[in-house]
Amino acid sequence: MPLTLESSYPLIAICSLGVLLLLLEIVLKKPDPVSYSVTIAGLLAVGVCIFPGLLRGDGATPTGGAGLLFCEVFIAAALLTVVFSGEYLRRHDSERAAGQGAYNLLVVFAVAGMMLMALAGDLISLFLGLELMSICLYVLVGFLRKHVTGNEASLKYFLLGAFITGFILYGIALLYGSAGTLSIDAIVALVIAGDQTPVFWAGLALVLAGFAFKVGAFPFHMWIPDVYQGAPTPVTAFMATGAKAAAFSVLILMFSRRGGAEGLVFRDLISFLAAGSMIVGNLLAIVQQNVKRMLAYSSIAHAGYMLVGIASGNLNGSDGVTFYLVSYLFMNVGAFGVVSLVEEREEKNLTYEDYSGFSAKNPLLAGLLALFLFSLAGLPPFGGFFGKYFVFVAAIEADLTWLAILGVLSSLAGVYYYIRLVMVMYFRDGEAGRAEAVPRLVLAALGLAALINVQLGILPSSVISLIHRFH
Amino acid sequence: MHLPVPIEYYLALSAIMFITGVTGVLARRNAIVIFMSIELMLNSANLALVAFSTRMGNDAGQILVFFVMAVAAAEAAIGLAIVIALFRNRETVFVNDMNILKW
Repeated sequence: MPLTLESSYPLIAICSLGVLLLLLEIVLKKPDPVSYSVTIAGLLAVGVCIFPGLLRGDGATPTGGAGLLFCEVFIAAALLTVVFSGEYLRRHDSERAAGQGAYNLLVVFAVAGMMLMALAGDLISLFLGLELMSICLYVLVGFLRKHVTGNEASLKYFLLGAFITGFILYGIALLYGSAGTLSIDAIVALVIAGDQTPVFWAGLALVLAGFAFKVGAFPFHMWIPDVYQGAPTPVTAFMATGAKAAAFSVLILMFSRRGGAEGLVFRDLISFLAAGSMIVGNLLAIVQQNVKRMLAYSSIAHAGYMLVGIASGNLNGSDGVTFYLVSYLFMNVGAFGVVSLVEEREEKNLTYEDYSGFSAKNPLLAGLLALFLFSLAGLPPFGGFFGKYFVFVAAIEADLTWLAILGVLSSLAGVYYYIRLVMVMYFRDGEAGRAEAVPRLVLAALGLAALINVQLGILPSSVISLIHRFH
Repeated sequence: MHLPVPIEYYLALSAIMFITGVTGVLARRNAIVIFMSIELMLNSANLALVAFSTRMGNDAGQILVFFVMAVAAAEAAIGLAIVIALFRNRETVFVNDMNILKW
């Protein structure tokens, strides 16, 4: 689907919001409080303005991509991130609290990049969107510039991200040279037809490797724990949900339908990525002591579950991944949100130990965190259960039963480390856990995320019917 | 379209540049040198894109090259800023010293 002027109104809206924020920075002497409310109101407005298009199923692609639904996911991720960030930045960056306007600006432009990726009609806009998102994220990761860990995470992310961009771009060049076009539809048609030149498949493999890096799949997962740990916690939440959803929207766009003998090779390649991510992510998450790092490893495992849906290569697979991303957004942002409230300056209060006695001190937050963790573990009746269910069913349909079995087994390992944190919160006495007043807006956002989690677990059809509008 | 030099030469040069860049990233330890090697990788892809585009008489490749140049400039600005921020705190640009975050 080529992007026309009429169909690109979501992009125009989000970029206008970005430019408005930029102007506020120039015009106002103290832009931070204004920028905070304008960002939240603006993101809400953009979300409402693309909602009719979502109901019409705009931005659908022949491979099961759900353009505007992804855009809503990015906007929701950004909204929750911005809401959590206000308090977080005030608390962690007292000497330089004036940077919040720039922070919100970068989040908004990162969303613009993600939307460009999800709506891309050819590889030029795909590449531009990817870079717009990545460059904003490099800065956001190192936003607390006095923090040594943040600096280190930012540099690692930047060098590895730019390195992998080189691979993606070379892959695009090879695809262009052998297909003679940069249009994604035309290239996907060639992939489905199968029987192309080796140069074409080499180019496609390079692009696959690049996006496997962006979603944090094994064996390209090395950066995830370091960057997720070093970044400000709301940014981590944004990367784990928004950026991951954007990369998956591209994987659905380009890799969820394949044909010919090479199509089977690609199925095996993606199955390998999925299996490796599930095993490595879950096993390494078990041994972590730092909660943020545990969530980082678990996000590698979740990338693995979602890749199972891509590997299946059928309609249920891509729909399952889309549903998974929606539910993952609310459970993961919620979990990171509570972690960001508990975290103290200079990376204090982040280990399992620090959560002992948390339920006694702050029963509401502990209850919410437990709910998010149950959902991440994939227990019914929360959204995470159906996310896993849909991708595993799609895998069985595609004769990838071994992958589905492996997924179920490794998610059992996942239950252990999520429940361990719940046990520490509820059954161990301790002094830790902040009891300070939490801003009402943050609490409302957490409550909303929890409600949506429950709703997705009880009535998954509400989102499934939205996804079906894109067929 | 007619190319004065056969396209294989362009592609060979581009492949050599790309491999040089990858080797540089993997072998060198100075963040700035690593970044220079990454730029080399991007430019090797640019060369391939321009060569393909000229041979096929299709402009899309050359348009992408302009965008890549702009992106590379933005990346350079951000990359150097990150290196400076890190240098102020740690007084080093060697990636071997980046060892606070592990396991």
